[in-house]
Amino acid sequence: MHLNYTDKQNAFRAEVRAWLKDNVPSQPLNSYDTREGFEEHRAWERKLYDSRWSMVMWPEHLGGRGCDLIEWLIFEEEYYAANAPMRVNQNGQLLLGPTLMEFGSEEQKRHFLPRIASSEDMWAQGWSEPNAGSDMAAIRSKAIRDGDHYVVSGQKTWSTRASFADWTFGLFRSDPQSQRHHGLTYLMVPLDSPGVTIRPIKALNGKEAFAEIFFDEVRVPVEHRIGAEGQGWHVAMATAGFERGLLLRSPARFQQTAKRLVALYQANPQIAERDPGVRDAVIESWMGAQAYAQAAYHTVGLVEKGAKIGAEASINKIVWSELDLKMHETAMRILGAYGELRGTAPEAVDGGSWLEGFLFAQAGPIYAGTNEIQRNIIAERMLGLPKA
Amino acid sequence: MDFTFTEDQLAFREAISRFLMTEAPPEMLREIWETEEGRSPTMRRKMAEQGLTALSVPEAQGGLGMDDIAWSLMTQELGYYAIADSMADTAYVATGLLNALPAGTPRRDELLAQIAEGDVRIAVGHPVNPLVADVHLADVVLVEHQGEVHALSREQIGYERNPSIDSSRRLSRLSVTPNAESCLADAVHGRQAWDQTLNRGALAVAGQSLGLAQRMLDLSVDYVVQRKQFGKPIGSFQAVKHHLADVASKIEFAKPVLYRAAHALARGEAGAALCVSHAKLACCEAAWLAARHGIQVHGAMGYTWEVDLQMFMKRCWALDSSWGDRAFHKSRVAKAVLADDATIGPQYTFGS
Repeated sequence: MHLNYTDKQNAFRAEVRAWLKDNVPSQPLNSYDTREGFEEHRAWERKLYDSRWSMVMWPEHLGGRGCDLIEWLIFEEEYYAANAPMRVNQNGQLLLGPTLMEFGSEEQKRHFLPRIASSEDMWAQGWSEPNAGSDMAAIRSKAIRDGDHYVVSGQKTWSTRASFADWTFGLFRSDPQSQRHHGLTYLMVPLDSPGVTIRPIKALNGKEAFAEIFFDEVRVPVEHRIGAEGQGWHVAMATAGFERGLLLRSPARFQQTAKRLVALYQANPQIAERDPGVRDAVIESWMGAQAYAQAAYHTVGLVEKGAKIGAEASINKIVWSELDLKMHETAMRILGAYGELRGTAPEAVDGGSWLEGFLFAQAGPIYAGTNEIQRNIIAERMLGLPKA
Repeated sequence: MDFTFTEDQLAFREAISRFLMTEAPPEMLREIWETEEGRSPTMRRKMAEQGLTALSVPEAQGGLGMDDIAWSLMTQELGYYAIADSMADTAYVATGLLNALPAGTPRRDELLAQIAEGDVRIAVGHPVNPLVADVHLADVVLVEHQGEVHALSREQIGYERNPSIDSSRRLSRLSVTPNAESCLADAVHGRQAWDQTLNRGALAVAGQSLGLAQRMLDLSVDYVVQRKQFGKPIGSFQAVKHHLADVASKIEFAKPVLYRAAHALARGEAGAALCVSHAKLACCEAAWLAARHGIQVHGAMGYTWEVDLQMFMKRCWALDSSWGDRAFHKSRVAKAVLADDATIGPQYTFGS
């Protein structure tokens, strides 16, 4: 155990820091849950890509830097410390990208991966259905083979930013007789295909954060299939675990929020006289974020020595989602009567960002598999408790 | 940057774990704890033979020269098998204190050599603890007096025993009269050594608490798998699963905090006190949750003397306030994090 960065790692950090200092927009971008903000974020992602900062762990021929996990953690630390814009193409970059790398054809990789890294194509995920959320094996949307096409019919939901995205990926039932996780096929579908209808769903903040996607006999070329027909479940599961547990929400994001929370508290110290619990919650928040970061470094060390990450990904998911809630609830307690103000309000604190974060944090324990499901996974796969 | 243990460190832990599994089963601990002294010279001798007491004594005095990082693993084993205070206090805390004193300090090398051999029991009377553990059998008691370090024999002190709910605990109120002869180190050297000693004591409690948490989780898992209600193992019920999943999560996230603190202490980093307090809070919280949920999933059996859960549960409650209670450690963290010049944020995970 030696917890010092190497000269190379320190040099990398300095390089990241210098580039961000020169390039991070001085004003926050508009919300990526609006058309205007979405395009601003696409332009920012393009800028990242042009300097090979978009996907630092991807190999150089795909526009990345071939960084290892420690360098990725360093990059994320600098990125959040610089208050750089939130990443908008996470579905493409963190879920589809690794899937294509492992299961895609050479042609698919060559075509799609650079476009994902540059956000030339923006992706919406098409996992959930109205009756298949956390129970994803209950998927009913069909993709029936017809020569060199699949004919796709059905409905997907909770597709983040599908109103603005270019493509969706997801699982479809290609064998109508099949049950549960058998007979599913992994397809990529352009959202401007004839037969696709998108109905935006407004989130708590009133913005089109997600959407339903309806497929009415949409013809999808066979070459847009990833992996073999009927093997979609295997393809989807193989890339879901570790990436979702760690890469989806890097610890730096929470450390930066904890730092902002400490500053918010210090600007309002009188709150502790009325409610001493607030000070405690601030300290607990900092410790939680710090623990998550240390756990990430610990996990990365084990992974680099060949360990496989299983149910730990579920623990991460529970921890970061509940930490995010705790931090934003604490911020709302500190803001008191100002907490409810929207960003456009003249007296909004920090541009209303705490309220936005508070609303978004409500979704954390639900998306990416509810925390109830994560706790079942921990109990059954890690502790060996019997299934119900 | 490598936040993992060496093969040697892990192998040593594994060896100690296997040894304690056979030599310190709960039924034997119950027997020992019921005796007046509450300690077994035989068990202690065997543990010394395994090298535990020699672990961090310098090689020059016949030890293995390992540091706090090795102890972050070893204290978990001491907790998992509920080994009494004198082992951690002698082999880790007192050894660290003596090590921290300058070369040439009277009795220093002699005591270290005796520790390595397993020939001496040392109780440590740090002012942060109102009562001192295991004085009743100590050969030497190290106490603080105006920053100085004093070593007294048991015969030279007065002590009054205070029974604890935890049968393994043997606590005493000390009355000591230090003199020039008992003084090992002056306040200049002593103050710094005592500060480090507090951190080692707190880290020892943190590690043991984490081991206790793991033991309580394991006992609870065993119980809910075999205990049936409504025709099914209760471990198949979601409410029971979620209790234990929460305990597992708390344990997993306390571990790296403990290891980070051990590293900071071993390297003498400026932020070591903050790391140690964070570790103690995180590990004790995991242990208390393991106890609370452990007793819940054991049902009424958990409230009895009969199941082993009680031994580990009471120990974690007892240890929680030793070497600084929660208020002490929470305020140390608060002071560091809320300081005007605090270096907090994503770039300071490792205080760089």
